Amino acid sequence: MSTALPALLRLTGARGWRWALAAILGALTVLFGVGLMATAGYLISRAAERPPILSLMVAIVAVQFFGLGRPALRYLERLWSHDLALRMLGGVRARFCARIAPLAPAELAGYRAGDLLSRLVGDVDALQNLYLRGLGPPLVAVLAGAVAVGAAAAVLPAAGAALAGGLLAGGIGVPALSGSVGVRARRRQAAARGALAAEVIELMRGAPEIVAAGAEVAALDRVRSADRAAVATARRDALAGGIGDGLGIVVTGATVLAVLILAVEASATGRLDRVLIAALALLTIAAFEAVAPVAAAGRELAATVAAGRRVLEVIDREPRVRDPAVPAAPPAPPVTLALEGVTARYPGQERPALRDVSLTLAPGERVALVGPSGAGKTTVVNLLLRFLDPEAGRVTLAGRSLTEYRQSDIRRLIAVAGQESHLFSAGIGANVRLARPQASDAEVERALRLARIWDWVSRLPDGLDTWVGEEGRQLSGGQRQRIILARALLADAPVLVLDEPTAHLDPPTAGQLMTDVFAAAAGKTLLLITHRSEGLDLVDRVMQLPGR
Amino acid sequence: MRALDPRLLRRTSAARPLLVLDAALGIATGLAVLAQGTLIALIIARAFAGRGLHALVLELALLGVAFAARGGLAWGMEVAGRRAAWTVLSELRLALVARRLGADPLATDGVEGAELATVAVQGVEALEGYFARYLPQVVLASVVPLLVVAWVMVVDLEAGVIMLLTLPLVPVFMWLIGTYTEERTRERWQALRQLAAHFLDVVRGMPTLRAFGRDGAQAELVAAVSERYRRATMETLRVGFLSGSVLELAATLGVGLVAVSAGVRLAGGGLGLQAGLTVLVLAPELYLPFRRLGAEYHASADGLAVAERLFGLLDAPGAAGASGARIPPSPAEVPVVLENVSFAYPGRPAPVLTGVTLELLPGETVALVGESGAGKSTVAALVLGLLEPDGGRVAIGGIDLRDCDRAAWRRHVAWVPQHPVLLRGTVADNIRLSAPGAAPWQVRTAAALAGADEFIGALPGGYETLVGDGGRALSPGERRRIGLARAFLSEAPLVILDEPTADLDPDSVTTVTRAVRRLGQERTMLVIAHRREVVAAADRVVTLVDGVALTPGERRAA
Repeated sequence: MSTALPALLRLTGARGWRWALAAILGALTVLFGVGLMATAGYLISRAAERPPILSLMVAIVAVQFFGLGRPALRYLERLWSHDLALRMLGGVRARFCARIAPLAPAELAGYRAGDLLSRLVGDVDALQNLYLRGLGPPLVAVLAGAVAVGAAAAVLPAAGAALAGGLLAGGIGVPALSGSVGVRARRRQAAARGALAAEVIELMRGAPEIVAAGAEVAALDRVRSADRAAVATARRDALAGGIGDGLGIVVTGATVLAVLILAVEASATGRLDRVLIAALALLTIAAFEAVAPVAAAGRELAATVAAGRRVLEVIDREPRVRDPAVPAAPPAPPVTLALEGVTARYPGQERPALRDVSLTLAPGERVALVGPSGAGKTTVVNLLLRFLDPEAGRVTLAGRSLTEYRQSDIRRLIAVAGQESHLFSAGIGANVRLARPQASDAEVERALRLARIWDWVSRLPDGLDTWVGEEGRQLSGGQRQRIILARALLADAPVLVLDEPTAHLDPPTAGQLMTDVFAAAAGKTLLLITHRSEGLDLVDRVMQLPGR
Repeated sequence: MRALDPRLLRRTSAARPLLVLDAALGIATGLAVLAQGTLIALIIARAFAGRGLHALVLELALLGVAFAARGGLAWGMEVAGRRAAWTVLSELRLALVARRLGADPLATDGVEGAELATVAVQGVEALEGYFARYLPQVVLASVVPLLVVAWVMVVDLEAGVIMLLTLPLVPVFMWLIGTYTEERTRERWQALRQLAAHFLDVVRGMPTLRAFGRDGAQAELVAAVSERYRRATMETLRVGFLSGSVLELAATLGVGLVAVSAGVRLAGGGLGLQAGLTVLVLAPELYLPFRRLGAEYHASADGLAVAERLFGLLDAPGAAGASGARIPPSPAEVPVVLENVSFAYPGRPAPVLTGVTLELLPGETVALVGESGAGKSTVAALVLGLLEPDGGRVAIGGIDLRDCDRAAWRRHVAWVPQHPVLLRGTVADNIRLSAPGAAPWQVRTAAALAGADEFIGALPGGYETLVGDGGRALSPGERRRIGLARAFLSEAPLVILDEPTADLDPDSVTTVTRAVRRLGQERTMLVIAHRREVVAAADRVVTLVDGVALTPGERRAA
């Protein structure tokens, strides 16, 4: 934990004084509560000696001061610490974005699958709790605890020692104990819960077939038995898991008892003014407010640091693809792109994704790249865009290796409509316009027409502003594909790469689409990656990638 | 802020006993609080009067017992709550699973298995927070303050009156400010969720942004959006946090007033020290349960959100309807007819089918074609009784499928979906899905007929190879053949195939097409297809266009 924390603090970008102020406000809030109870105890004890009322005024004013000050401090502390958390959230997101941009997609290949990426993003967002629910409460406990112990020790040194022992037990011992009990229980339960989740997922996914096959009873029994196992473990673990709060109360009680015994004894032997017994006892009870949130904070902190580690693991990677120190001038179109004996491998992969492939795209040439899935067709795209550098051989643009150019200069020349292309949660128009933000509505319309989807878009009530949904989920597979295609056409780059543009389309539509796209791309270099037959009659050359 | 979803009480067996137990433990806790406060005051007052330690042993011992009892009671409430959370979630989970197998197997509620597993398994954390932390605080907040005020009234009427006057301030102010800020707080949460979604979207789309040279500005954009969100949120919080501060103010003001009033009367001789200390020690206990209740607000919201999600799913009407009682005739003897069937998926505005009429005669093979999204798979689900038509009917030899016993009907139908699901288990178990008692030779024969025997034989464990989650991964073509083997083994007279050759490599297409033809020789068959090879094997081709079925020669009515 100790090694990751400084790096995480840097990543959040929060300034030290903001942290310090938050912790001081938190400690003062607790201490005003302590002060209120202690002065109130003193006031009542002193009053019992029947002094003139005027001599009680200082104590009365102190009680009112602490009483009115505490809510104000609490208010400020909450505002300030939430502001800090929100600042940290913004800072960490921006830094994360900047750091992963040069890594995507080749070095994040492992995160494309399933929901790993969204989990990673969740980890990034979790870092906002680093202070609020993680480091803050222990910091406040140390500050406020130290002052309270000092005050108690000033009155009666032995009572100060007892309070210190009690706060340490309550602030470190109890959280550590309940934490380790919790960790052990979670570890025990993880297997049972995992098995149960797997059964539930499988049954939900397979429900139509299970029902159609009449296999409901057996399937339900499997879930039932996994459920029984998980519930039985959890019920056992609940006995130990619920121990934290109760122990905290017992520790508080023991400390109050110890302080009372010490104070009564000291008062009896004349070492302590009797009016201070109540103040000491009430101070002790109130001081435990400082350590109450530490247990929960410990759990949060462990979870947050674990999340932070996963984030650091990603962003600490050095991007392998880098711009040269002195980039070559971008070549003027028309340009020739070529793979020369290229072998390529994704970072961390055992097998190369592509082995010894050569391919030349002369200006204006139309080439189809076919091959079984897994043959490395999409890797060719990643190589051309220089998302990935070859392990052997080279990729060239106008005869020079891609590594000699600035990356942005290369990408300006190539427009890709691929299976991996992302639709943003925005309108159709905004998604298309991403390729060329300054494009006019008429140009966007033209691109959509060429992709054979304008008729559909124009009939939508919101037209170009129709929201495509998260990752384009409001659209059908075919509609998504055509909008991605329109975007690539709008980019108006001299080289157009189409990766499986007709998946999800029925044969007549696919055929028409290919005819239109080839017409629209007249004069451009075109690389068509496909495993279907549509469009193969329109290309100059078909190149077969062997399966692995 | 609702304390309890009434459905939790009505529909689960664990919530009601927990409430009763919590109430009992809460009253006991209140009594321990009174004992604790009174004893502390007693000990201090007696020491003040000059008594030494040896004269206070009994009182100190009793105080120790009171603290221990409070600790034990807190532990008991937490354990009971955690256990109840598991029991409640288990009941809801099994109800949901049973529902999926009965009323809505096709998941027209749009809930994916993984999402549901998250709610129905990991959701226990949220429910634990609710039952073990929030609910006990609700009980304590309703019991302890009453007991404290009552006891203080007995000890010192004036302090009791002060408490009674400040106490109602707390809920009134919380309610006033709460209703004012609730709406805005919800808006902020909504904005926060959108912000998180935007960030995830940018990260997911980073390769696309880079490909179009738009990656440079993203970090500043994300920072700017977050900063705007921070400003707006702080604006809301400035008011929102007032409610917490009012609570705090009532508590400190109450303690302060009690202390000053007791001090003044003590100085005047109108009150004893022990009484004054008792009310002072008890005063914070009056407000503490409310403060902790506020702190557990999120536990409540999260727990109730899980419960609400689950009840929402359980209460949604199922798309399959209830099973009838009539025993359906076999499709080997009678025709299966869709009569003017219409269907719309819940939540989607346009109907998929608007009036489909389609007849499957015994022994014939009908190919169903149409664009993606035309409703071909919906027709299959309607024939299987996985969905129920909105209009028209599916008739088996003239009997409405709605009146038929669903399980009995499904024994007559074998279905090979586009992506057959592999359940965890052996290859043989998977082929035996609808005929668990089939002998090994029968499984092998079915696999051979489906063209699956060869690849299964090449697997390391043959028919005993483990597949499904965590087992060996099979290609789409291999899975399709497992699905076909299931159909061969089932001997159901009606077979429905959904895109049997889509997305397969040429070799697999040949094998699968051969198997499909073989299957169609003996049975009535409905094939959903694109491919010429499969369509060519059909006796008839029906095209779905704009929600109606057209047979060859028919044209769309203008």
